[in-house]
Amino acid sequence: MSTAPADSTVRPPAADPTPIVALSGLSIAYRQGGQLVPAVEDVDLAVAPGETVAVVGESGSGKTTTASAILGLLPAGGVVTAGHIEIAGTDVTAAPERVLRALRGTVVGLVPQDPMVGLNPTMRLGTQVAEAVRRRGVDRRRAPAEALEALERAGVDQPVMRARQYPHELSGGLRQRVLIAIAIAGRPRLLVADEPTSALDVTVQRRILDHLAGLVADSGTALLIITHDLGVAADRADRVVVMRRGRIVEQGAPAQILLRPREQYTRHLLEVAPALSHAGRVVPAHAEAPPAPEVLRLDAVGKDFRLPRGGAERVFRALDEISLSVRAGQTLGLVGESGSGKTTALRIAMGLEQPTRGRVLLDGTDITGAGWSTLRPLRRRFQLVHQNPYSSLDPRFTVAQSIAEPLVSYRVGDRASRAARVRELLDQVALPAAHAGRRPAELSGGQRQRVAIARALALSPELVFLDEPVSALDVSVQDQILSLLLRLQNELGVGYLFISHDLAVVAQLAHHVAVLRAGRIVESGPAAAVLSAPTREHTRELLGAVPGQRFAAELAAAATPGATPGAPRKEG
Amino acid sequence: MARYLAGRFAQALLVLWAAYTVVFVILHVLPSDPITLQLSAGGADISQLTPAALHDLKARYGLNDPVGVQYVHALWHALHGDFGMSLTQNVSVGSLIADKLPSTLELTAVSLPLMLVGGFGLAHLAVFVRWRPARTLLARLPAVGVSLPQFFVGLLLIQLFSFSLSWFPATGSSGWRSLVLPAVTMSLIGASMLAQLLTRSFDDTWREAYIVTAQAKGLSRGTVQRRHVLRNACLPALTLLGILLGYTVTNSVVVEAVFSRNGIGQLTQQAVLGQDVPVVQAIVLIAAAGFVLANLLVDLLYSLLDPRVAHAAGTG
Repeated sequence: MSTAPADSTVRPPAADPTPIVALSGLSIAYRQGGQLVPAVEDVDLAVAPGETVAVVGESGSGKTTTASAILGLLPAGGVVTAGHIEIAGTDVTAAPERVLRALRGTVVGLVPQDPMVGLNPTMRLGTQVAEAVRRRGVDRRRAPAEALEALERAGVDQPVMRARQYPHELSGGLRQRVLIAIAIAGRPRLLVADEPTSALDVTVQRRILDHLAGLVADSGTALLIITHDLGVAADRADRVVVMRRGRIVEQGAPAQILLRPREQYTRHLLEVAPALSHAGRVVPAHAEAPPAPEVLRLDAVGKDFRLPRGGAERVFRALDEISLSVRAGQTLGLVGESGSGKTTALRIAMGLEQPTRGRVLLDGTDITGAGWSTLRPLRRRFQLVHQNPYSSLDPRFTVAQSIAEPLVSYRVGDRASRAARVRELLDQVALPAAHAGRRPAELSGGQRQRVAIARALALSPELVFLDEPVSALDVSVQDQILSLLLRLQNELGVGYLFISHDLAVVAQLAHHVAVLRAGRIVESGPAAAVLSAPTREHTRELLGAVPGQRFAAELAAAATPGATPGAPRKEG
Repeated sequence: MARYLAGRFAQALLVLWAAYTVVFVILHVLPSDPITLQLSAGGADISQLTPAALHDLKARYGLNDPVGVQYVHALWHALHGDFGMSLTQNVSVGSLIADKLPSTLELTAVSLPLMLVGGFGLAHLAVFVRWRPARTLLARLPAVGVSLPQFFVGLLLIQLFSFSLSWFPATGSSGWRSLVLPAVTMSLIGASMLAQLLTRSFDDTWREAYIVTAQAKGLSRGTVQRRHVLRNACLPALTLLGILLGYTVTNSVVVEAVFSRNGIGQLTQQAVLGQDVPVVQAIVLIAAAGFVLANLLVDLLYSLLDPRVAHAAGTG
């Protein structure tokens, strides 16, 4: 049952009593094949001026649908079946498009989810921001100047140059800042940020969230953050709203929710947020790494890419003399931000790319410069799990076909033995045998990643490359997949090369950690040493970016058992 | 950009040369004798000639030379715009083409805008009409257009607008009135294909994440369509447009036959039936040139409309 915002709700210290957004008893459903499938049920939620509210929940919890409803931008088939939406005191539940449009941009602004697809690829960034500026009634000639100002406020460096650029010329973090510029350009009273940083590196994520928090604090704008990560919510919100299956299960001040969660589900979310569960510290799962034989070794590997003519530099040094080794049955965590060379290192280790210098040894065999006929038998012994389970499975293959594909490719066994192996693998990755006949579209993200893992394990490899295997997943699903990987390693003795931008995630799996920055390894060693006593600034920066820490640290400093939960930390 | 253009131009020349060569080879493998054809066109028969006279005649046309020499000769002349004499009509191929080409170009010039207006118009309607049955109808309509054979559409139009209503002449190539029906017929398939692709493309683009960003700014549906959807949705249609333009000569064969218009299409039909090798050779070259030119234009337009392509062209 959902609880109405009763005694637990912390009323914000508001000068203006009218909330900018007030949802009361809101229910939303999607039309599917003549039926109404409920997505949001009986939600009460209010955001007062200047307040920061975080809505936390897994995919499918209805949090994004709620955000879309506030903007009047429900996807096709979405209908409000009960309740009311009030914006700045006006009921807009059944308002026509014309009325809603007047509110968008100027009263409620949106920072969308994925910066890589959120900008029009064929329009200059300045023009895209200027469109939002013009909504305030700014004169056509003044708009470009104001667009530059918005870009600057959003923390975009060199706004004059950026305004003339197109989205594909910018990194993900910069694109997200441009999207923030668009959202604030109309000077809205409320910003709705829908998973604003889930697609970004942790360090970039932290900078952007800090900037966003600063912006709203300076201008008195209210902020509604939608996130799956309780850590993100705890660090920044005045109030946390936990949603599950379309209903609000709990809401209150972060300290209250985190210290004394009333609901089982909230406790679960707390457990899976890496930093929150260890009082703000990143704790490695493996305290020590017993000696074991090497399965993969990169020996002083370097890689240069030729740059197009015209630039000052002729070559780009993607990797500079990096040496790594992965030991049998153990995990090497390779950590770095995007552009640090992680993916290049992975491609070289798999023999998909030739290194410019150095050698790659797989189980003692030098695969540098090896041809297809040498690599092909070796490929049986090392497999890959991709970052994005939504695109790494053939949509036309059933789960069983996907998992059996490596077996078919290497002519292992006959039809019956393959089917048996598929059942065994499904069991190992904890998927019901009935899922064998399903197609990827019928599975959730976590289930798809389980299928991808089963496929990688089909040939019983000695080494599995894990390329950001949980970055595309919810925090709670991340936890399940990481536990699964850990269990499989214990049971099967498989080695992992685990690539990630998130030290908190790496900590849960790695025996050894190597931190990569701009093509060089800045720090490496046993996980316990690197994570507990980092010697390099960059490692500390990566550690500090793990969400939830700030709050956990504050709690740890303040909390003696039974002490009153900390007041909302924002000024005012 | 200059480098890119030069490269594309060289590529275009290569394609033209390849087309010329392939046609030359094919036509020379065919079991036909140009002298016989030419004589019969003049009302004579090859059996009336003495072997010596035949040999003379062949020597005059260079037909005794090895095929390689003939090819080099023909190519050299073609490069200078000389495609030789027609075998069936006693005039030069160049003058034949010059005589017929304007009429076909005229037809293309009218049917191309019709095609664009029809295609874009229908696709826009399909996006903007909210009433479901009408929307479905509009989305299905192009499929009907694509599946109707051109000659059938032509005959239907003649039946309706010439014979029943007497609005436009059924045949001939004089005056703008005679252009209307052939142009409509010629544009119909292209317009339908464009509409089909664009309707789909509009729908897909409306589902892009950046459209939500645009809507969240508070822009109206019309503004979003005009400023954000149109350009992005057009990109796949450009490729199709290039292909459709390239098919002009092929299309004109049927349309000019149905409406008895005096153009390249009709010439093609006559030349092929009469095995008039030089004429066929020249027409194939023109068709290939049309195709190459259309695609070059499309590629340039592409880099103009899509900064990502311009980027790749500029650096690569």
